[in-house]
Amino acid sequence: MEITKDLTIPKLFYERARRYGKKVAMREKEFGIWRPITWHDYLENVKYLALGLISLGLKEGDKVAMIGDNRPEGLWAEMATLCARGVGVWLFQDCLMEEVKYIVDHSDTKFLFGEGQEEVDKAISIFDECPKLEKVIWDDPKGMRNYHQDYLISFKEVQRLGRELEKKEPGLFEAMINKGHGDEVALLFYTSGTTGLPKGALLSHYNMLTMGKNLMAVDPCFETDDFVSYLPFAWIGEQMMAISCGLHVGFTINFPEEPETAQENIREIGPHVMFAPPRLYEQMTRTVQVKYLDASWIKRKVYALATKIGYHVADLEFQKKPVPWYWRCLQWLAYISMQKKLKDHLGLSNIRNAYTGGAAMGPDHFRFFHALGVNLKQIYGQTEISGISVVHRSGDIKFDTVGIPIPETEVKITEDGEIISKSPSVFLGYYKNPEATAQTLRDGWLYSGDKGFIDEDGHLVVFDRSKDVMTLTDGRLFSPQYLETRLKFSPYLKDAWVIGDKRDYVTAVTCIDYSVVGKWADEKKLTYTSYPELSQKPEVYDLVERQIRQANKDLPEVARVRKFVNLYKEFDPDDDELTRTRKLRRAFVEKRYHEIVDALYSDADVVHVDTTITYEDGRKIHIKTDLHIRKVSGH
Amino acid sequence: MVKPNELREGDVLLALEDVHMYFGRVGALAGVSLEVRKGEIHSIIGPNGAGKTVMMNCINGLYRPQKGNIYFKGQSILKLKPYERAKLGIARTFQKIEVFRGMTVLDNIRLGRHIHLKSGIISGSFYIGKAAREEVEHRAFIEEEIIDLLEIEHIRHRPVGMLPYGLQKRVELGRALALEPELLILDEPLAGLNLEEVEDMARFILDINEEERWKVTCILVEHDMGVVMDISDRVFVLNFGNKIIDGTPEAVQSHPEVIKAYLGVEDLYATRR
Repeated sequence: MEITKDLTIPKLFYERARRYGKKVAMREKEFGIWRPITWHDYLENVKYLALGLISLGLKEGDKVAMIGDNRPEGLWAEMATLCARGVGVWLFQDCLMEEVKYIVDHSDTKFLFGEGQEEVDKAISIFDECPKLEKVIWDDPKGMRNYHQDYLISFKEVQRLGRELEKKEPGLFEAMINKGHGDEVALLFYTSGTTGLPKGALLSHYNMLTMGKNLMAVDPCFETDDFVSYLPFAWIGEQMMAISCGLHVGFTINFPEEPETAQENIREIGPHVMFAPPRLYEQMTRTVQVKYLDASWIKRKVYALATKIGYHVADLEFQKKPVPWYWRCLQWLAYISMQKKLKDHLGLSNIRNAYTGGAAMGPDHFRFFHALGVNLKQIYGQTEISGISVVHRSGDIKFDTVGIPIPETEVKITEDGEIISKSPSVFLGYYKNPEATAQTLRDGWLYSGDKGFIDEDGHLVVFDRSKDVMTLTDGRLFSPQYLETRLKFSPYLKDAWVIGDKRDYVTAVTCIDYSVVGKWADEKKLTYTSYPELSQKPEVYDLVERQIRQANKDLPEVARVRKFVNLYKEFDPDDDELTRTRKLRRAFVEKRYHEIVDALYSDADVVHVDTTITYEDGRKIHIKTDLHIRKVSGH
Repeated sequence: MVKPNELREGDVLLALEDVHMYFGRVGALAGVSLEVRKGEIHSIIGPNGAGKTVMMNCINGLYRPQKGNIYFKGQSILKLKPYERAKLGIARTFQKIEVFRGMTVLDNIRLGRHIHLKSGIISGSFYIGKAAREEVEHRAFIEEEIIDLLEIEHIRHRPVGMLPYGLQKRVELGRALALEPELLILDEPLAGLNLEEVEDMARFILDINEEERWKVTCILVEHDMGVVMDISDRVFVLNFGNKIIDGTPEAVQSHPEVIKAYLGVEDLYATRR
């Protein structure tokens, strides 16, 4: 399909909806059943919602923010905004009040779509401080019976207004869509920067559509495919699949019943394509590893044998060597005895392409999925390039690279090693921030701030964020992310933070996985009452030390982790330690935990900590504790 | 027999008239009268051993008072057995969780609906065709509505015994709701829950009471004064089998005898923190 500058997302949407009519566009699990919604229903809902927004006073270029779990109404709201020529702004569901306030205010949001009571409560508490916000729209009536603020309006009521407008001005909806142009702003994305305040990236219709087209040119999807939408729409990756690729191909989008049931619902649907940040794959790996520890000895034997075969075949394929017929036979045995079942449990049975992106993924996880026969590929890109510029090709996967550029995309390395790229999907600029725009966008090239190089096969290797690259004692450059992903391959470690830039040796701050280590402790008959207590048990330190020694194995002497400390809590986006997409905000944690860092580089074996923790509901508690510092033996 | 929904909001749904209950020579209730109106949350408070649970047992038929009468929708239910009272629309949850631990969440809730099954074994076996399917669908839908209301989708197929205490309490509430009762007796639904679970449970009780779909009148026996005073329309104070006062939360909190007897103004909210 040709993407012209004239085409917009609403135009494509309208065309698709007319073409597919009775075909199922999306499904939502509700009251325990998958409820189908046809393209016709999709169009009707979007149409009246869009007209309703217009009759409430939405003008061209006005911002409409959305917050809530993934559900059809969320997607309708976004599509209706675009049809009414507004600009969509998605917020992360778990955003704290200040973040919501900042984004709503900075983006000049006029209307806010919230799902239900929880979101409406957030909106009410910021309403007075956001003078440009006019209406708050909700769709889930649960708990809403006692809310009577006049700026609150229900989704149904907006659609009713839309129907009235339709009677008065038939054809307005179609006329609005026809007026649109591809260069107009479609979405405003607040990037969860690892430093400073979030910046709003402006993406045009043309950006979004070309991105979808170019990804689909690499890995085509089909109308009959299923996709499960459960990651935040505020993440560009979810927009990539649900909007750009979804409209291009017309596959069915499935919404889980509740966030808690997502894994189960994925299994029921068996999607053909998925795109998720590494932490989800890390979670899957951990689940498998933990279940393995629980299984009977015969199952463990079968699993061990089958993975051995899987790893061997995957490694042959990684090296692009032919797989001999007897290995193919063995692989088939591994498939029927273990892989088939395991893939089914993970909801990966039908997967043709699984993508990961947004953060670094360790080679161990990568090999793990390929050994299972899952075609996992790395995507590299920024929100500023509509999410993707580089991806692996089937049959040409190297687990230490992120692949080669998608069509119409150029990637270059500057003299000082920065990755820059150019494509029709490069964004328009940052909203109300010309300095940042000028810094990132030079002569049409997008400056990523990532360091990397292009290898002999033309694959892009992303080293790390420029400012994160470590210089070791021998002058060698090293990526802390690489070490962290290695550590995270252990099921017992949920997060790790590696330190060592211009220091005498490398150290790590580790966060144990509460449920996995907790279970391990139960079996060892260790008593504990809380995460802080469990993390400080000497036995747990022994366990973590073993994991670190394992990860240290193939590393050069200077890059090995020498000392570590178990943190008394997990890293959390609510404490600003991680971004909403769960990337470590290094500068921030370094400041916050400077006492721990200092202690790691002194002779102390205990560090005293005195700090506050913020809970999800905004409550704060004070923590005073002593953390032990452990030397990794063998050094 | 009075048909359901004939009563309007504010009419007396349940009335206890001079109810006396003795165990041997120990008096548990000494002439207690209570009127619960349709649509309200009526809380019963009092110190341990005041007779609150005895009162609830009298209402749902586990005990038979020696003297006095109990009316439900204007009709005396004194002679009815507990299951007959359940059929009339009185459901309850228990102080100690009484769920079937080996069964799944969905099955436990489903069990609550058995009294709505009208066919016998024979007719049930031959109950086929469209009408049957419709009924099955309808019944399944109510079960799912309850699961949705109580936000327990993710544990639908898990055995109840494996769940944390707070979730088990929700399942028990769900089973009571499956009866589609007109009157719901909640015997210490908040006992043993943590702060977050208490807030959730209080929200569910309000939903059940106020949401157009349910509109269930509730009798709440509870020690958590913060929640009681927050969500009740009326509060009945019981002490050693005698009524001290029956009135609005404000009236109860300022009643001198209540304060003097055992509460103390500051302590009213103290249990919650």
